[in-house]
Amino acid sequence: MLLEYAAIGIMILVVSLIGLIAIGLGTIFGPKRQTDRKAAPYESGMTPIGPGIRRVPVRFYLIAVLFILFDIEVVFFLPWAIAFRQLGLFGLAEMLIFIAILLVGYIYAWKKGALEWE
Amino acid sequence: MDWMLLLEWVIKSFVLSLILLGGFAYLTWFERKVLARFQVRIGPNRAGPYALLQPIADAVKLIFKEEFTPARAEKILFFLAPIVTVVPALVVAAVVPWGPDIQIGSYTLRLYIADISVGVLYITAITSIAVYGITLAGWSSNNKYALMGGLRSSAQMVSYELALGFCFVIAILMSGSMRPIDIVDAQRNGWFFLIQPAGAFVFLIATLAEVNRAPFDMPEAEQELAAGFHSEYSGMKFALFFMAEYTKMITISSIAVTLFFGGYLGPFVDQLPFLGPIYMLAKIVALLFFMVWVRATLPRIRYDRLMAFGWKVLLPLTLALVLITAVGILLAQEVNPNLIWITPVISAFAGFFAIGLVDRSLRRKAYAAR
Repeated sequence: MLLEYAAIGIMILVVSLIGLIAIGLGTIFGPKRQTDRKAAPYESGMTPIGPGIRRVPVRFYLIAVLFILFDIEVVFFLPWAIAFRQLGLFGLAEMLIFIAILLVGYIYAWKKGALEWE
Repeated sequence: MDWMLLLEWVIKSFVLSLILLGGFAYLTWFERKVLARFQVRIGPNRAGPYALLQPIADAVKLIFKEEFTPARAEKILFFLAPIVTVVPALVVAAVVPWGPDIQIGSYTLRLYIADISVGVLYITAITSIAVYGITLAGWSSNNKYALMGGLRSSAQMVSYELALGFCFVIAILMSGSMRPIDIVDAQRNGWFFLIQPAGAFVFLIATLAEVNRAPFDMPEAEQELAAGFHSEYSGMKFALFFMAEYTKMITISSIAVTLFFGGYLGPFVDQLPFLGPIYMLAKIVALLFFMVWVRATLPRIRYDRLMAFGWKVLLPLTLALVLITAVGILLAQEVNPNLIWITPVISAFAGFFAIGLVDRSLRRKAYAAR
């Protein structure tokens, strides 16, 4: 079974090779006429104003943190889903308690406005 | 023996990658043709019969374009980002079974690259990696549009990944296994689409957001962000992003088919195993047509509503669907096997309830604005 992961490793190598070949082809056959104007950041034809990388809205950070919380929740669901037929009613009750605890956090995040984009 | 195994893996990887790349090339043709028909146009018809050579012409054109790096970009990350985006898009397909085993003489041809017991977990893990590529592309370009586009699309992808994850849980619940082959086998008595139609539908919506397709194509909101995270990319690097998007459409359709639409199963597939890949292909093309159809029909959704839909509608809805499925399975197991058909009824009801709530909230907002 573990040997199957080696197959995936080979697939990753093959695909990376294809990507590198594609970029390599472009580098070999494409023209190279770099000018200062062309190398400047694209801003719809205007002269760029200020730095390209600036501070980003904190919303994105919040979404990332919430995503990590709920994604871990999904990961906890996976083994439960496999074992569900053996667990029966006990498994369902357990999961209901787990979801109830999680919903508290979810409703808290919603009421605090973490899910709003204004 | 080991040499043979290694050779088999390399050949299979190459063949699968090339099939997916060919699929990508002709998917662009398919999309242009179908969209043209939707808009009462003819579409491309110059390069070869039915413009069948159009993808090749496009590829040749892109090869002869300049390979360009902006002066103030992060050179290494700028180079790596397209590759990081394209690798997961293709590698996900490694665990998807394309058909039953085919016996050729003494050799058994298995139509998948890896048969791992945690296939679904692998799929979720690999699709998450694609987010890195897009974020890095946006960040390394040193461009405001690219940065905003990269952030937006990564936030969107992680948000819809939750709904997607719960849909995976639904499929696992019904099959009792994470092996894609077992999941397909569990659908012999009825596709999971029939048992959990709302789950399959939510899965399709979430996949549209996951591959950044219309109506969720925020990163490509050209009126606001030029071209989003790939504003600064040109030539083959741009082609790689394009390739990633379209191959992701194909692979994620194949995953949807495996999880909800019976995979390679169909009439006579046990007697004639080579029919498996044909059925699989037909189902994938049907789903791809659905994606193009959605693009032709629906306008782009506003970004705040997009995030609200993911977090406030799809997340609770899929959580409820997981519980409904669990209850249905429990009733079928303990009381009467026919009670499994409670699941589609209640879940369809839950789906319509969610649609009703969205409708009400939108109406209230429209009223408040007036």
